[in-house]
This record gives sequence, structure tokens and C-alpha cells, in this order.
Amino acid sequence: MRLTELRIAGFGGQGVIMCASVIGRAASIVENGYATMTQNFGPEARGGACSAQLVLSPTPVLYPYVVQPDLMVLMSQEAYVKFAGDIKPGGTLIVERDLVRVQELNVPDVKVFAIPATRIAEDLGRKMVQNIVMTGFFGAISGLLERESLCKAVEDSVPPAFAELNRKAFNAGYEYGMKHLETGALELGEEDPVSVSE
Amino acid sequence: MHADPVGVLTGAHFLDGDHAACEGAIAAGARFSAGYPITPSTEVVERFSHRAPKIGATFIQMEDELAASIAILGAVWGGVKAFTVTSGPGFSLMMEHIGYAAMTETPCVFIDVQRGGPSTGLPTLPAQADMMQVKWGSHGDYEIIALCPNSPQECFDLTIKAFNFSEQYRVPVFVMMDEVVGHMTEKVVIPRAEEIEVEPRRWTTQDKSSFQLFAPCGEEQTPEMAKAGDGYQVHVTGLTHDERGYPNMTPAVQDRMVRRLVSKIRDNAEKICLTEQHDIEGADVVVVSYGITSRVAQRAVETARAEGLKVGSLRLITAWPFPEHIIRAIAPKVKGIVVAELNLGQMVREVERCAGGQCRIAHVGHAGGTVHKPEQILKAIQEVAR
Amino acid sequence: MSSPIVSITAPANPVEDFLRTDRMPHIWCPGCGIGTTVNCFTRALLESNTDLNKLSIVSGIGCTGRVAGYTNLDSFHTTHGRAIPFATGLKLASPDMTVVVYSGDGDLFAIGGNHLIHAARRNIDLKVICVNNLTYAMTGGQTGPATPLDVITATAPYGTYDPAFNLPYLVEAAGAVFVARWTTFHVKQLARSMAEMFKKKGFCFIEVVSPCPTLYQRRNKMGDGLDTMKFYKEMSKTKHGAPTNEVGLTKSGEIIVGKFVDRERPDFATMMNAHLQHELGDQYIQAEGPVCG
Repeated sequence: MRLTELRIAGFGGQGVIMCASVIGRAASIVENGYATMTQNFGPEARGGACSAQLVLSPTPVLYPYVVQPDLMVLMSQEAYVKFAGDIKPGGTLIVERDLVRVQELNVPDVKVFAIPATRIAEDLGRKMVQNIVMTGFFGAISGLLERESLCKAVEDSVPPAFAELNRKAFNAGYEYGMKHLETGALELGEEDPVSVSE
Repeated sequence: MHADPVGVLTGAHFLDGDHAACEGAIAAGARFSAGYPITPSTEVVERFSHRAPKIGATFIQMEDELAASIAILGAVWGGVKAFTVTSGPGFSLMMEHIGYAAMTETPCVFIDVQRGGPSTGLPTLPAQADMMQVKWGSHGDYEIIALCPNSPQECFDLTIKAFNFSEQYRVPVFVMMDEVVGHMTEKVVIPRAEEIEVEPRRWTTQDKSSFQLFAPCGEEQTPEMAKAGDGYQVHVTGLTHDERGYPNMTPAVQDRMVRRLVSKIRDNAEKICLTEQHDIEGADVVVVSYGITSRVAQRAVETARAEGLKVGSLRLITAWPFPEHIIRAIAPKVKGIVVAELNLGQMVREVERCAGGQCRIAHVGHAGGTVHKPEQILKAIQEVAR
Repeated sequence: MSSPIVSITAPANPVEDFLRTDRMPHIWCPGCGIGTTVNCFTRALLESNTDLNKLSIVSGIGCTGRVAGYTNLDSFHTTHGRAIPFATGLKLASPDMTVVVYSGDGDLFAIGGNHLIHAARRNIDLKVICVNNLTYAMTGGQTGPATPLDVITATAPYGTYDPAFNLPYLVEAAGAVFVARWTTFHVKQLARSMAEMFKKKGFCFIEVVSPCPTLYQRRNKMGDGLDTMKFYKEMSKTKHGAPTNEVGLTKSGEIIVGKFVDRERPDFATMMNAHLQHELGDQYIQAEGPVCG
């Protein structure tokens, strides 16, 4: 684990906080490193936009907030518009392929990886596990944490009855990510136009 | 005595400070809470309302903070450990019963998750600007104990400590969190029940005809307790009272009573004052901070040390009683003390008072809404070290 | 022949056991009705065979607030207006305890009004005795929430013009299960009513209309304590079950007394236990009273 600042954002109901919480658990409880998660609260955080920040570190986290994320997981166009430009030069953007139109950024060397997480989740029978698909994808793309650590954190975060479904979702996302790593990141601006499926 | 295993969620959790504080209260033996919703503290009682029915505890949501803060005192005299939780505006309303708890020596815990003020201020954003209010907010002379956690883990640990102090000294104890600590999520390790030290209430076994509810006992000068229903016919009043608890409004009784309320804390201050100290020996500059600010300050200290400056740090885990003896010992040996806090000058006054002009004091204030930038604190260190 | 030594001792007052005689004399003025209500209270305790170790009394601030301090019971003299929320915590932590709230009209209905209506709404099992002397007496006779219209007070030197609360009407509307009113003239009825209330579960309320000769009657040229008793005797009309919206007090009009409300409604603890038992089944552990250390 290396000192890494993450932002995970989307709209309410996508499981943004859960996604961040799973990553935090994997880093701090399973891998015994340090993780500090903060969220945005208040009326502006009700319903619409939802964002969580995570600092992962091999040593205790002193400064609690994310200043310039090394990596972002953005699950909605609103989140992309609001946050994408804050990414660190050379950072990694992970987006929901069907919900985010990737646009030109004024930040050099940003790598973008996209996954149709919602569609994959729907194929697994439950749209609600799209955040876990995303977590798997994040695991593969970032390589920050062991696959097993993340998978364990997923299992520890859901009721036992849903463990199997979530494991599947995690694996689907992880494998999609491994394939994507071989084909490489997207070029900014080459992504399909937004195609929201509902 | 050890914690009751019924309430202890042993294991490693990924919890925010509010939830961790609730678990601390439960582990400490709290079986009653009365609350009124207010951001950013509500999560504590939300969790308690969820947990209470499964551990033999009671939660009631009251009509306002005045009610919440005295319902817990009624519950304590009914024989349970109790606490309430609030933030800025609610804390202002609770002042009345902080005074009543101090006056009637009712052991209880208040958790204040500090947000920006004054008035409604910044409901969802941090400050550390209730630090003087917690000490002086209710009228009259009295002493309290206030602890400042800087992580969710400490929200758990220090809430237990708060309950223990409250029983030990029969005094209201405050867990002075801030919005950042309350809302940040980190690993929280909850030990096994037998590893958690819990202070039992000091029920009296004295003779019913001669027992005095407010007569000092033991080295802590803390009276023993009897609850309603024990057959002691206790009388508890907010009026100035004698050792029996009977109103006696004479200067002599006032003097004796108030002096004891104050001295039971002041005389034991060195036992109550918890601090974390690093590299103070031989330091040119010592940075004093507490709560979330201590973490930001630590980053500044590390940077300064990397630059070759001789910097130590003093974290106030106990803010009240103020660790006067430590500042008095440091002040003559250093060039200066840097005090960083999320307010425009509160605990720094105590530092100045105790330093007594023997070294320079630099205050790095902040109106709240976010935390300091480490560079702000670093700059103050550099200036003082020069 | 030596004369026999006769020791003359007054027969012990049967209510003495209930009082902290070491705190006498009390602070109340000659002609004040509060002492009369305490007398009725102790007689009610005697009549109802209440276990005094299982009864607590909670007062707020004011002349009536001092009652807690004179009763030889577990007694709590709390802050102004907050007797009810203190009592709520005490009752919930100690479910077997009978908790009596004994306070005045200003304490319970002005500064403590919000707590009172919410405790009635929740039907907390409290026995509330409100001595209504129509004024803030401890502070010198200012206008209170129960002061009738056109009355001279320390803060209404030209007479009051803000309407008063009709206390029984308010508490009934808020949810009380037992509501009665007497005056300090009706000592037997009041004691009986109190004894009846101790046996009733839920939020119970007795208003006792009581003189404050020093501040209220004197300012309004209504005579002394005795004159007020005559006034109560003459103007009171017992109407059990009277609709509470018709029992509002005026300066010199009729005083409707009696038991107005006696109805059944599960109290807070019963509702809580039943609901949580239903929702959580075996997982529910009912709080059983004092559990610390």
C-alpha cells in the first residue's frame, strides 16, 4: 500500500459510501494499513450528488481530507463534471461507462478506465450491486490492495444472505478490469456518447 | 470492574467517530440515553436507538435539548449510567443542566460534536469553539472534565474514560469531539469485555440513618451515592445545600460546598490530565493542539523536524482540567509555544496564563468550516523557532 | 402529698412520618395553600398504602417547587420547568417507582409547558400535582400562564390582558388519562383524588386551585387566606365529567371542580415494550431498572 488519495462519487442510491467503506476496510482491517474516510454532509448531500473521500496509507493518516486525488471513481456525469478536474496529474480516473461522458481535462497524463458496472450488475440480477462491480474494477485497475483483501471486505460488509451475489459482482468487476488493463486506458474524448439504459 | 459483555462488540470495525462513541458509551455501561436530533451528532443516538432494545437499555427522543439533558440526570438517580449527545445550538440549551449535574454531583456524560458557530453556524462542518463554553457555560463556580478524541478509535476509548471519570468524581464529563472526528471513518478495535476497565457507581453501604449524600469520601473527595428506591430518602436540590442535601443558603455552607465541587477536580487534576507528548525534552518550540487539529499539527511538526527544527508536541487529551503543571514546566525551557485550534483563541488563553510570560506564545487560529492547512502551523513553528 | 407529674405531649400528627421535620418551619406564608395540599398528599399516601420506598417526588422551581424538600421521600428539586423531563428519565430507569411531579402553574405551564404536553402525549406514567396559585409567587407575584384576565400583578400593574391557559383542557387535549381539579378548600376530595391517581397508570394530572394571600389576593383586594376559603366554598361547583373546555377559571367566577377525565390509554413503557417485543421478538431485552455497577 502506498499513500493514496481517493475520491468516489456518484448520485444517491448508487452505493458510493459503501464502495469507499469496502476499500477502507480492506486497507485498514484486512491489510492492517491505515484508511480514513470522510464524506460530504448537509442538505447538498441529500438525494443528488454523493461523494466519499479516502486516504490510504502504510502509516497513520494525519491530514484527514483529500487534497488532490490520485484516483477517482466517478459514477455519474454530475460527479464527473464536479470533480474530474481535481485529479492529480498522472492520476487515474475510473468511470461508469454508460453514465459518464468523458471529456477533455486540463490535467496532463490522466488515465481513464471505464466499465458498464450498472449493466454488469443487472446481468447478475441485481442493479444494486453495481457499486461492488465497481469495487472489483477499482481493485484490478489500481492494484493498490490485494484482490483477496477487497473480496473479504466485501463479504464482511454485506448480510450473509447476499455474500454470494456480492462476491460474483466483485469478481465480475475485477475480471473486467484485468482485461481492460491489457487493452490499456481510454484516450480522453474517445468515449461513446452517454447512453443511459433507462 | 470489567465491561458487561452484553454490550461489547469485540472486533475490528470500520466506524465513524459518532458510532464509535456510541459503542464506547455502551461498553462503559450506559443503559439510558435521551436525545434530540442535531447535526453532526445525531448518529450517536441513532445507533444507540438501534442497539438499546437488544442490550436492556432505553432510548427516548425528547422534545428538546433542555429535556434530554435533564432526563439523563433523572435516569442516573434512578440507578443507570446515562448520556446525551449534541452539538453547538443544543449544547447552549444544555448549559442549565450541566450546572445542575455539577451542583448535584450527578455522574453523567455529554458528547458535544463541535460544529462552526455562533448560533446555527455551520451544521455540517467542524470547529473547536465550544472549548470555553464547556468549562464556563453554566453560571456559577464549578469544575468539569472534558476529553478531546482525535480519531474514531479514541471516540470509543475516551467515551469509556469519560464514564469512568464521571463515576470516580461524580461530575459531568464531556467528550468534546469535532465534526471531522465525528464523521470520519477509520478502523476501530473494540477489545474483549474483560479487557475493558469500567468504573462502577459508588453505591453507599452506610447506615441509612446517618448517611450523607454529599459528604466527601476518600481521596477523591467524592461522596458515595444512593439512588431513588434504596431507602435512603435522598434529597437532591440545585439550591446550595449541606452534606445531607438540605438547602442551606448561608455564606458558610456556600463556601464549603462550592470549594469542594471545585477542589475535587482541581486537587486531582494531575490524575485526570491525559496528554500525548513527543520530543518536548530539548525542544525550541512545542506545538499544543487537541482533537482533529492535533493530527494536522503533527504533520506540520514532522515537516519542521525534517527541516532540522527542534520541535516537540503536546496533545491535550484532557482539555479540562487544563494541564497547568505541564505548561508551567515547558514554558521556561522553550523559545515558544505554538497553539493551533479551530477557534479564534480559546485554549491559548490557558496556555498564556500558565506560561506566565516565560516564552513566546503563537496562536494559529481558524474560524472553522475545515481544518488548518499544515503549512499554516508550520509557518508559526518556523517563526517562533527563528 | 405530691401532685402527680403529668406530662403533656400533643398527639403525634399522623402525617409527620412523611415530612422532614428537621427542615421545619417551612417557607410558606400564613394562609398559603401549598401546605394544605401537602397535608392532603400525605393523607393520600396513607390511605393508598403506597410503598414509600417505591415513590419519588420531583419538583421544579417556585413555592410549590419546595414541596420535594419537605417530604421524607426520595425527593428531587430540579431546575425551573424541568421536573417532568427529569421525572421521565427517573421513571424509565426505574420502572417500578411511582413518580410524582409536584410543582406550580408557572413552572409546569410556562417554562415547562413544552415538556408537560409531550409527557402527556407520550403518556409517561407520572402523577402530576399542580398547585395553581395563579401567579409567580416565589419571585413576587408576577403574571403567569394561569393568571386570569383583569388581575393586578407585579408585572401587570394596570391589570392582565393576556388570556390564561385552562389547565385541565390543555392536559386533556395533550393526552392525559386522568384529570381532576380541586381547591384547597376541598381537602377530603383532594386527598381521595390523589389516592385514586396513585393507582392509575399513565399521565395523570390534578390541578389544585390555591391562594397566595401575600401576593395575589392582597393585590386584588380579595382578602386573606380565610376569605379565599369562603370564596372557594361559595363559588365551587362539583361537576365530575365536566367538559374541560368549560372549566376555565376567571377572576371571581365559578370554579368547576371534580374529576373531569378518567380514561384508558396504554402508557409509554407499555407501548414501548409491546412494540419492541413484537418487532424484535427474542432479541428484545427489556430494561429492568437500575443496572450500574
